[in-house]
Amino acid sequence: MTKIDTTRPETVLPTPSHTVGPFYGHALPFPGGGEVAPAGHPDTIALHGYVYDGNGDPVPDALVELWGPDPDGEVPRVDGSMRRDPATGGFLGRNGVEFTGFGRIATDANGHWSARTLRPGTRGGGAPHLSVCVFARGLLVHLFTRIYLPDDQAALAADPLLSRLDEERRCTLVAGAQGNGTYRFDIRLQGEGETVFLEFR
Amino acid sequence: MTLTQQDIDREIAAEHAAYEKRVADGAPAEHHPRRDYAPYRSSLLRHPKRPLVAVDLSKDPEAVELHSPAFGERDITEIDNDLTRQHAGEPIGERITVSGRLLDRDGRPVRGQLIEIWQANSAGRYAHQREQHDAPLDPNFTGVGRTLSDDEGRYHFTTIQPGPYPWRQHLNAWRPAHIHFSVFGTAFTQRLVTQMYFPSDPLFPYDPIIQSVTDDAARQRLVATYDHSLSVPEFSMGYHWDIVLDGPRATWMEEGR
Ligand SMILES: [Fe+3]
Repeated sequence: MTKIDTTRPETVLPTPSHTVGPFYGHALPFPGGGEVAPAGHPDTIALHGYVYDGNGDPVPDALVELWGPDPDGEVPRVDGSMRRDPATGGFLGRNGVEFTGFGRIATDANGHWSARTLRPGTRGGGAPHLSVCVFARGLLVHLFTRIYLPDDQAALAADPLLSRLDEERRCTLVAGAQGNGTYRFDIRLQGEGETVFLEFR
Repeated sequence: MTLTQQDIDREIAAEHAAYEKRVADGAPAEHHPRRDYAPYRSSLLRHPKRPLVAVDLSKDPEAVELHSPAFGERDITEIDNDLTRQHAGEPIGERITVSGRLLDRDGRPVRGQLIEIWQANSAGRYAHQREQHDAPLDPNFTGVGRTLSDDEGRYHFTTIQPGPYPWRQHLNAWRPAHIHFSVFGTAFTQRLVTQMYFPSDPLFPYDPIIQSVTDDAARQRLVATYDHSLSVPEFSMGYHWDIVLDGPRATWMEEGR
């Protein structure tokens, strides 16, 4: 059962994943969940897109989580993404100054999500990217992917993950530039143009 | 043709038999559901058909996925882990206390990480706009809570025993009573969203969502244990549920935790 015996490694087995279901909307999203960038920061970018199912229909009940480094490539260590108000019990929102690197956005009735965050910096050997975790009703285990920005073609060409993919698959991980620091990134769960999803080892 | 429980039962049995055969033929135990699990119809169009692309994090110790977002006291109010105290009045139903440890694959406590829960009320209804089940709403129960694991990895919630609820996938489809959990580890790769069930629920065999975990032992790890020492005198029934976060070895061998 579920008192895990930690004295023997063979009994420390993972808790299985389950779908987020349809009714997380009053629990997981929080006000300002997509407003990750501190107000007025010059390196702010806007990211947005749709989540589609295998029929090409938008998914109105998906949840997208973003996680990434700051423009210097440093991983943030500050809390305060969902700052709460001890007086009212409600959400205060972020403080507009600190960068936590974490965003959480539910898709709207059109299957669309959007976020404003800081342009990720280079970190390690790869091209700059944000890490993404996707949840949805019907999805029994969440999916990981990455959003790469299209601006530095040399860095993208040298990226260890992207360089292993053929062109058709590779382009699903690279956001489209729309000008003014706005980028479009669609997530296709299945079928034509299916997004590359990642398994970490 | 209306899809019946019998149709779903047959599919569940076939999936289970196929899994048992894979294991008998030497395949490893599957601790998680397959994303493609037809008895849960919503999975059909929402799982990738291409194989996942492997990323070896042991070769990339700088990977952002080896770190996780931080949450702290600013993200939690003091009574966020007591779902019975979020309104002026007492919610209706049987009070329960749910406690356990957040662990990694080495059995070590995972400290200071965010644990979020949400659930139906005692009548089996969510405080969610799109909920169609016409069981009564409880003005004194929202069914949402959050907490941080402590220095021993422990967490603690006080809430109301959720009711089972119908969900219309097929005729007479009922979800066993459950609490949804969302958990962060010390690495983004340890992220887990799951559901905790209650002991001996008669609905288990009929529910394609819990049955999507086809490994019998893994499915048992979703079921809490009644723990009399967690019951609070004159107040609540106690349940114990430990959570073990998965993730690649690079994640759980990380130093300094
Ligand atoms: Fe539920």
